[in-house]
Amino acid sequence: MRHIDEYRDGTLARAIAAKIAGEAMPDRHYQFMEFCGGHTHAISRYGIEDLLPPNVQMVHGPGCPVCVLPIGRIDDAISLAMRPGVTLCTYADLMRVPASGGASLLKAKAAGADIRMVYSTLDVIRIAEAEPCREVVFFAIGFETTTPSTALAIRLAHRKSLTNFTVFCNHVLTPPAIRAILDTPDTAEGARVRVDGFVGPAHVSTVIGTKPYESVSAEFRKPVVVAGFEPLDVVQAILMLVRQVNDGRFEVENQYIRAVTAEGNLIAQREIAEVFELRAAFEWRGLGELPASALQIRDAYADLDAERRFALETVSAADNPACECGDILRGLKKPAECKLFGTVCSPESPMGSCMVSPEGACAAHWTYGRFRDIARAASTQAAE
Amino acid sequence: MNELRLRPRKLDIRNGRVDLSHGAGGRATAQLVEEIFLRAFDNPLLNRGNDQAAFDVPAGRMVMSTDGYVISPLFFPGGDIGSLAVHGTINDVAMAGARPLHLAASYIIEEGFPLADLQRIANSMASAAREAGVAIVTGDTKVVERGKGDGVFISTTGIGLVPAGLDLSAEFARPGDRVILSGSIGDHGVAVMSKRSNLGFETELLSDSAALHELVAEMVRAAGPSLRVLRDPTRGGLAAALNELAQQSGCGFLIDESAIPVRGEVAAACELLGLDPLNVANEGKLIAIVAPEAAELLLSIMRRHPLGHESALIGQVTHDPQCFVQMTTSFGGGRIVDWLGGEQLPRIC
Repeated sequence: MRHIDEYRDGTLARAIAAKIAGEAMPDRHYQFMEFCGGHTHAISRYGIEDLLPPNVQMVHGPGCPVCVLPIGRIDDAISLAMRPGVTLCTYADLMRVPASGGASLLKAKAAGADIRMVYSTLDVIRIAEAEPCREVVFFAIGFETTTPSTALAIRLAHRKSLTNFTVFCNHVLTPPAIRAILDTPDTAEGARVRVDGFVGPAHVSTVIGTKPYESVSAEFRKPVVVAGFEPLDVVQAILMLVRQVNDGRFEVENQYIRAVTAEGNLIAQREIAEVFELRAAFEWRGLGELPASALQIRDAYADLDAERRFALETVSAADNPACECGDILRGLKKPAECKLFGTVCSPESPMGSCMVSPEGACAAHWTYGRFRDIARAASTQAAE
Repeated sequence: MNELRLRPRKLDIRNGRVDLSHGAGGRATAQLVEEIFLRAFDNPLLNRGNDQAAFDVPAGRMVMSTDGYVISPLFFPGGDIGSLAVHGTINDVAMAGARPLHLAASYIIEEGFPLADLQRIANSMASAAREAGVAIVTGDTKVVERGKGDGVFISTTGIGLVPAGLDLSAEFARPGDRVILSGSIGDHGVAVMSKRSNLGFETELLSDSAALHELVAEMVRAAGPSLRVLRDPTRGGLAAALNELAQQSGCGFLIDESAIPVRGEVAAACELLGLDPLNVANEGKLIAIVAPEAAELLLSIMRRHPLGHESALIGQVTHDPQCFVQMTTSFGGGRIVDWLGGEQLPRIC
């Protein structure tokens, strides 16, 4: 595949990895967080950890939109879908996310709810037009990547005066989440996460550009390198982070120059601004309530807002108390350090947010990397 | 009083539809069976018209396998539910190293299903069976009310005969054995997905749906007792098949990503949809586990057969109490190749 294979070249990867090993100072430990689930997936899928020296480690961040969606909002979506006359349209990866009491959209569908998996917001418009007697609700989730297409659908429905189409908006913002991770007060054990820098979002940055990270980077004195989702992108970004740390710099750099500019996609930003405004606060699964971290539909489009049409009042629901997702999302713990990991919590029956999507830290580690835990346990045992 | 002996009017295959009377067991059922199925399958055992087929069996070990086909869409590039129902069951029989002898076919048809489509499916089954040299010798037809099926479901059962002395089974895999794959993966799944209404992307790709028993016969002749296991990686793809074999054998696998053949179109479609070719279904491929000393010979024999000319040595069986299927990625790292939790769902970002 042209424009894909070039970014998966193993020989080039090993050359960059050799530079990382050569330039990383042996007496220093480097810990970087990849914010996005797309990066987590690439790191696990291509075995990038195996290419890094032992003193350069990656921790997985909260940038998986499915993972951070709180249980209460999924409960809302299920209760919407169970109403007679409602058709709920959703991206497929939300189907299995566990809600309260062991429910999920997949189970609701089996119980008779009209839930349809779509690939595009325009599919939802088509369904609403074809079935005027159904109340068609789009379960909108995602970071800035998917927000423009939701905005587009809302504008289109508005122009077409569609009366049976609404959006249940759960769009969240990236920079406030990065800030929340860095701003976390020390835990009881006094273990504030030590992140030396971030591999910054790929697709999100195509929309918002690199500028929005600058204030966070400057305030917390942490380097950010925006990188693509291909494995070579990630390896190169890690090298760039190592160099910044070595030089004592904390800049926002752009590795993903083939898609990302400093300003981002101004047309997409305009669409978003036209339709959405900041929410005062929004709950993130694993991170808790974060101020100004999500979007809601503006009054001008209130008739297309499912929360208003159906008078939804989200009730917050807690995760399993033994679940360590909060600490894992902040980079304080590794998936294998959670007692639930691989025992009662697995991709087949996820308990916590990090296990629900293939991009979640726990699911990625379970699916691609858990053989390393066995090797690690064996070598620890041998050492003892 | 001639009309008492009048035969019913012929089925209007071009415009007609299956209705509940076609499943009621009366004259309409008999007519449907005769004009569509008997005409298509036409063989002496079936033509006797009994509720079962009676035949002599040779001495030796027999195998039997059954499979239900519920594919959507019913017609896809490179095949349809009919050819698939023949190939799939023949392959399940052949994976025991057996020569398939006979097939039985059972249909559950939804009221309102076009007769023209039913005939097209029956004809496709007939030609697939004829090409494979295996007759459909008995069958059954049922009709369910509209909304209680999805067009047509087909279930086929096959029996076959295993050559003397041959016993293929997953528990015979042992560390050091080699793993050979008979060709590119993901062709069937991607060809089918390209025709689903909500995806609809353009591709020239055809399903790999094919009967593998002749390839298997060559392999058995060449490698004989060095052959330990055969498995066709259908639903769940190569990943699911290897994990099943790992669980059954109590061993692990180590495979090499760069050795696994994947067509450019399949790789591109999977990229677009967020799928992994390792999890995508195949209907004309097999995995062979063979003793290391016979691997090269088996590979060369397989490559000489049209259904195996892209065969590749993709890895080996390992000692692993965890039964992990591990893979060296083409990027140079290592990872697990796991089962899917449920259906493979596209990612959104």
